[in-house]
Amino acid sequence: MTDDELIWRISGGSGDGIASTSQNFAKALMRSGLNVFTHRHYPSRIRGGHTYTEVRAAADPVKSRGDGYNFLLALGDSFARNPQEEAVYGNEEIKPLSENLDELREGGVIVYDEGLLDAAEIPNFDERVEENNWHVFPLDLRGLARDMGREVMRNTAGVGATCALTGMNLDHVQDLMRDAMPEKILDPNLEILQTAYDQVREEYDADAPDVSVPTGEHEETQLLMSGSDAISYGAIDEGCRFIAGYPMTPWTEVFTIMTKHLPKLGGISEQVEDEIAAAALAVGASHAGVKAMSGSSGGGFALMSEPLGLAEMTETPVVLVEAMRAGPSTGMPTKPEQSDLEHVLYTSQGDSQRVVLAPGTVEEAYEQSRLAFRLAYEYQIPSILLYDQKVGGEMTNVPKSHFDRDPNPTLGKTLSEDALADEPHSADGKFHRFQHDVDDGVSPRSIPGQKGGRFLATGNEHDPTGHIAESPDNRVAQIDRRTEKLEAIRADLDAVDTGSYAGPDDAQYGILTFGSQQGTVEEAVGRLNDAGISVKSYGVSDMAPFPTEQVEAFVESVDEVLVVEMTASGQFRGLIQKHLGRYGERLSSLLKYNGNPFEPAEIVDGFEAAIVEGDGDASGHQTTFVPAAGD
Amino acid sequence: MSTFSAIGEEREIDRDEYTPSVEPQPTWCPGCGDFSVLKALKQALPEVGRTPEETLLCTGIGCSGKLNSYLDTYGFHTIHGRSLPVARAAKLANPDLEVIAAGGDGDGYGIGGNHFIHTARENHDMTYIVFNNEIFGLTKGQTSPTSPKGHKSKTQPSGSAKEPIKPLSMSLNAGASYVARTAAVNPNQAKEILIEAIEHDGFAHVDFLTQCPTWNKDARQYVPYIDVNESDDYDFDKTDRVEAAEMMRETEESLHEGKVLTGRYYVDEDRPSYGAEKQAIGEMPDEPLAERYWDDEYEWERSHDKFLDKHA
Repeated sequence: MTDDELIWRISGGSGDGIASTSQNFAKALMRSGLNVFTHRHYPSRIRGGHTYTEVRAAADPVKSRGDGYNFLLALGDSFARNPQEEAVYGNEEIKPLSENLDELREGGVIVYDEGLLDAAEIPNFDERVEENNWHVFPLDLRGLARDMGREVMRNTAGVGATCALTGMNLDHVQDLMRDAMPEKILDPNLEILQTAYDQVREEYDADAPDVSVPTGEHEETQLLMSGSDAISYGAIDEGCRFIAGYPMTPWTEVFTIMTKHLPKLGGISEQVEDEIAAAALAVGASHAGVKAMSGSSGGGFALMSEPLGLAEMTETPVVLVEAMRAGPSTGMPTKPEQSDLEHVLYTSQGDSQRVVLAPGTVEEAYEQSRLAFRLAYEYQIPSILLYDQKVGGEMTNVPKSHFDRDPNPTLGKTLSEDALADEPHSADGKFHRFQHDVDDGVSPRSIPGQKGGRFLATGNEHDPTGHIAESPDNRVAQIDRRTEKLEAIRADLDAVDTGSYAGPDDAQYGILTFGSQQGTVEEAVGRLNDAGISVKSYGVSDMAPFPTEQVEAFVESVDEVLVVEMTASGQFRGLIQKHLGRYGERLSSLLKYNGNPFEPAEIVDGFEAAIVEGDGDASGHQTTFVPAAGD
Repeated sequence: MSTFSAIGEEREIDRDEYTPSVEPQPTWCPGCGDFSVLKALKQALPEVGRTPEETLLCTGIGCSGKLNSYLDTYGFHTIHGRSLPVARAAKLANPDLEVIAAGGDGDGYGIGGNHFIHTARENHDMTYIVFNNEIFGLTKGQTSPTSPKGHKSKTQPSGSAKEPIKPLSMSLNAGASYVARTAAVNPNQAKEILIEAIEHDGFAHVDFLTQCPTWNKDARQYVPYIDVNESDDYDFDKTDRVEAAEMMRETEESLHEGKVLTGRYYVDEDRPSYGAEKQAIGEMPDEPLAERYWDDEYEWERSHDKFLDKHA
């Protein structure tokens, strides 16, 4: 057992406050000077169903969930039903303990609520404990909570026990409870925390913990934040004051965060009848001169195909977010996957003209949310932020200074009435909104209500005034101009460089990934290099327009490349090959599509097995290796 | 010069201002009812004092969608069935705009039916004109949601087995606060109803019977029409939901029995518009949001000052 990281897993039933308890615990660890990363696992259920959250904490930066974990706090599932072994979902009552044993590391600690969980119901429990050298602490957390407050406060008792067994000081936990809890429940919770802590320390030899909390120090103020928070704050800082949406997991997080804040900022949030309307409202608001967004997850985003194409054709700036989940169809609503990549790149009729950015971290989520708005409004094009539960829902610490930037509410190339007067108009006064020859293909726009600015926006092909036109010359001129915008955006993105790089420049091998798996890949790259394998990684964020030159240079610089992604069909690898047009013999894939994001060890083992040893799939993991062309 | 100086401008407006030079003569078929909608709008807009550049006309797809090409205002020719969500967001973004949406019966009662119900329910302050010709015209004569039961076409060769949509009743039930039906053959009434609809503070739905001489030759030309507000044969209170509903039912049933009833069916002047409701609960600014982006004095809020402490 190493002491350089704590990976604490709290398990229970959906609805038992697992998420909020873990968030406070993660924040306490962050305040103590550690870097943290959370990983949520939850079912698509209203109440009940086994759920857990992991909090990984270390002095060094943590970019991913870890390999397994080392401390289990198993609470009861108070909403468990059908507690029979033969039920469809098995015996749900015992799951918070039984379901979590496989991934617990050797030498790990188990604290479980013996008030609700009976270890005797788990086959071979004692043998497994002995075999793995686990340290088991059955505690009547429920009883303690009931005696001193209410049963639901057993989470607090569990945190107290955790602190006692890991040598963690209670100060930060107590501070957080004081910040978050109303007075009525604060005192009993503080009492329960202390009692559980004291009781464990008295009862067990807690001075020599089996797993301890590492120590660290932050040089500046840290914030515990999810990608959904960061995307929302990026939008607000870019002057977005209008959002329209329809609830769908997991996009709902961004929708609710924006909805909470916008009215206070004099903005508008609209919950509407469906996602077609949601995206169409964002287009309508933007057309009327407001910075606007919408978004959804896979199925809802499918409905947005029409307004997305309308935004492309009418050159209306708009930002859409797409929070991917496992598909097809309803798929697995609460499980991450990256398989909407092709959907988002190509949905809607005609040649797609859009920006698609896939942030890989919480910091990038903020930056690329801002970037998506800037590009959308400067180039009059829809921008899409593509992410999944790992970026959107997992929390990590970010320095507060990362957000200390100026707001940017500018609308891009939008003319004032004075400036409009100098622009070309038809004899009847119609403004030439869609001129053929303009810098970067961007023809400046007017806003309804402006004198001298009237024009027609239409989903039909149109002439410079917006009038419907089908002449071949006009068609070619308009398509070429709109395409020129993408070239200009690519040049703009080259200067920004959204890529994330790890490992030595002159490495022998490479790993390419996109979006949420970036942090996990980078941790794996560190471990592989430590093990003497020379490998570097490139986390790509620009899905469209694609950074062909940069990716080609990366592939060119190494012998072989493993493409890591959470899809079953290798969509990202396909995208790379589409743009590069060759190197098929150098690109192989490591895929995972079981509903859980990669663990670093899966990439390390997968890479060693497939690339270094050339044996194909690594054993013991639910990942799939697809060899390079010609292999 | 203010940002949107076309808004609220007080001046005489010539109806020719709404006629574009690019395509001054519409390409609708001779005898098409759509000409009457265009004409009535060109008469109504100067009367209510809204200029081309403070008006946003959002249309759907179909013969009716061509209205944008022939009425010279700010225009958004959207996609099939989606004029309403685009239009109502523009109204929320800038409530000072005069927002009018228009589309056909397939556009509004078929593919866009969900948006119609919800826009009416929310009571946005806008006018929605549905060109109801009981047929799909632009795609050459297929059965539409308002085609009568038994209507034969290439897509319903045995005659439609479906009852038609009842647009007025649907509108009332959904929550529209102004519901009227007029007909292309009745230009004076059409103009008056459009003036009322535009001036109405809430969702004003006008079902506009527009005969299609090309693809719906069998259908009536909507003559002779009867104005239910003026005829002595009908007596109902258009501010009473129950009486309005009964009058609508009779109108919708009699249309396919050869009696064309038109007029104002329901008017609720008391119900606040959606924008007013949203402002009342503090979820919409008093000043048009679109103005803020041009206000050099405005201090844009940023997350760093507003939202980060709870994450620390």
